[in-house]
Amino acid sequence: MRVSCRVNGEPVEVDDVWEGESLLYVLRERMGLPGSKNACEQGECGSCAVYLDNEVVCSCLVAAGQAIGREVRTVEGLAEGEQLHPVQQAFLDAGAVQCGFCTPGLLVTTHDLLERDPAPSDLQIREALAGNLCRCTGYEKIMDAVHLVIEQKAGATDA
Amino acid sequence: MDFLQPTSWAEALEMKAADPEAIPIAGGTDVMVEINFDHRRPRSLMDLTRIEEVRGWEREGSRIVIGSGLTYRRVIDEIAGTLPALVMASRTVGSPQIRNRGTIGGNLGAASPAGDTHPALLAGDAVVEIESVRGLRQVGIDDFYLGVKRNCLAPDELIRSIVLDSDAGPAYFAKVGTRNAMVIAVCSFSLGLHPRTGRVRTGIGSAAPTPRRAHAAEEFLFEELTDLWHSRADLDRSLVQEFGRLAAAGASPIDDVRGTAGYRTHSLAVLARRTLGWAWADYQRGANSDRAEDVN
Ligand SMILES: Cc1cc2nc3c(=O)[nH]c(=O)nc-3n(C[C@H](O)[C@H](O)[C@H](O)COP(=O)(O)OP(=O)(O)OC[C@H]3O[C@@H](n4cnc5c(N)ncnc54)[C@H](O)[C@@H]3O)c2cc1C
Ligand code: FES
Ligand code: FES
Repeated sequence: MRVSCRVNGEPVEVDDVWEGESLLYVLRERMGLPGSKNACEQGECGSCAVYLDNEVVCSCLVAAGQAIGREVRTVEGLAEGEQLHPVQQAFLDAGAVQCGFCTPGLLVTTHDLLERDPAPSDLQIREALAGNLCRCTGYEKIMDAVHLVIEQKAGATDA
Repeated sequence: MDFLQPTSWAEALEMKAADPEAIPIAGGTDVMVEINFDHRRPRSLMDLTRIEEVRGWEREGSRIVIGSGLTYRRVIDEIAGTLPALVMASRTVGSPQIRNRGTIGGNLGAASPAGDTHPALLAGDAVVEIESVRGLRQVGIDDFYLGVKRNCLAPDELIRSIVLDSDAGPAYFAKVGTRNAMVIAVCSFSLGLHPRTGRVRTGIGSAAPTPRRAHAAEEFLFEELTDLWHSRADLDRSLVQEFGRLAAAGASPIDDVRGTAGYRTHSLAVLARRTLGWAWADYQRGANSDRAEDVN
């Protein structure tokens, strides 16, 4: 099967895709985009989270053919060239990255949260990130990172 | 494997008739797990996500017609306040990523005894619209579930929509699990007041081979509430206790990794008492029930 879609703003086309493959597999193994991680393949961990037409989904649960003609945005599409996205920078600055396996999914999910609501409460942050598991950080540093982005955004609009 | 991509409902029905073994895939949150783990190797997959006709919902008078492809995300964002129990159930499903993708039709298609929408649909007296090239049939939710992960669909049929009455009355859903997100119910319970008919309907989840109602508990309330619908008096403690006991007795739970039968029975009684208390308090205040005006 041929799968053509837009990924991070660019048209992409790959051939010989097996119909039962997931979008995650296609991204990683066929499109050269290994940012999204494969940790569970059952929707439990969120490390494969990507935008599919503006909604964050587990790419391991999207059949490759379901992405045909759609707009996909992965963690690779967050930065502007060498300039990290503020959410990425905040994760680094807050020490929210240890082994880094969960990070791509958390970045995409946090990005989505803050696009929809620039000032979420702690409860809303925890709820929004409930589908992203991290074995290393104990989540507190991740909360710190999200707060850091929120403060920076608020500072930027106040100034 | 074939990958079928119908773009209209009519085309989907044609394809399903031509290839009854084709496995529909909507959000994929059940189907893809099975494929990823090689528990299932369908000969063909039929993608339903391009069929706009079944992706939305509409209001027809007091009837709410929910397309089978409506995601939990949209149920929560768009139907909140109108179908309270279904919305509560939807909020408890998986995680934001799962709710962005998973659909009500998929929950019915999978027909897991632990599926969260089932108790709410049972308590709400939902009607499932099932269609094939042979025609459309409306199946009451009571007749939909046939066994563990088995529903009443014929091989050439698809679930088109789910119909609920938005004017019914206060309704609640409650679920027991080890955390607030990403939890398969240990057990769940839903209750809907239907003041117009003087009935209370219930739905039990994760505590029997299929989702089911607690009939004896419902009959008990039918007798006991006869005068109370009008007076809206407080419910006696003993009445609420007995309802909880009967509701739990309506289940036939097993011991499994998520909990023991004894724990399920105990917690079902608690959930039944609580949901009745919450719903009755709403009814006393006249909240979320058009019948409130009619009765006075
Ligand atoms: C991490 C994770 C957490 C989850 N948590 C919960 C939870 O808390 N509560 C819960 O209830 N479920 C949960 N689920 C299960 C799943 O998300 C739900 O059952 C969901 O409603 C399935 O919808 P879907 O659109 O993704 O279905 P799909 O996977 O696309 O389909 C499911 C089944 O329904 C069939 N089907 C789909 N649409 C139709 C149709 N229109 N007509 C006929 N058949 C159809 C498919 O062939 C398949 O058999 C979870 C799943 C995952 C991966
Ligand atoms: S790999 Fe997709 S959710 Fe874990
Ligand atoms: S940093 Fe290792 S899993 Fe989160």
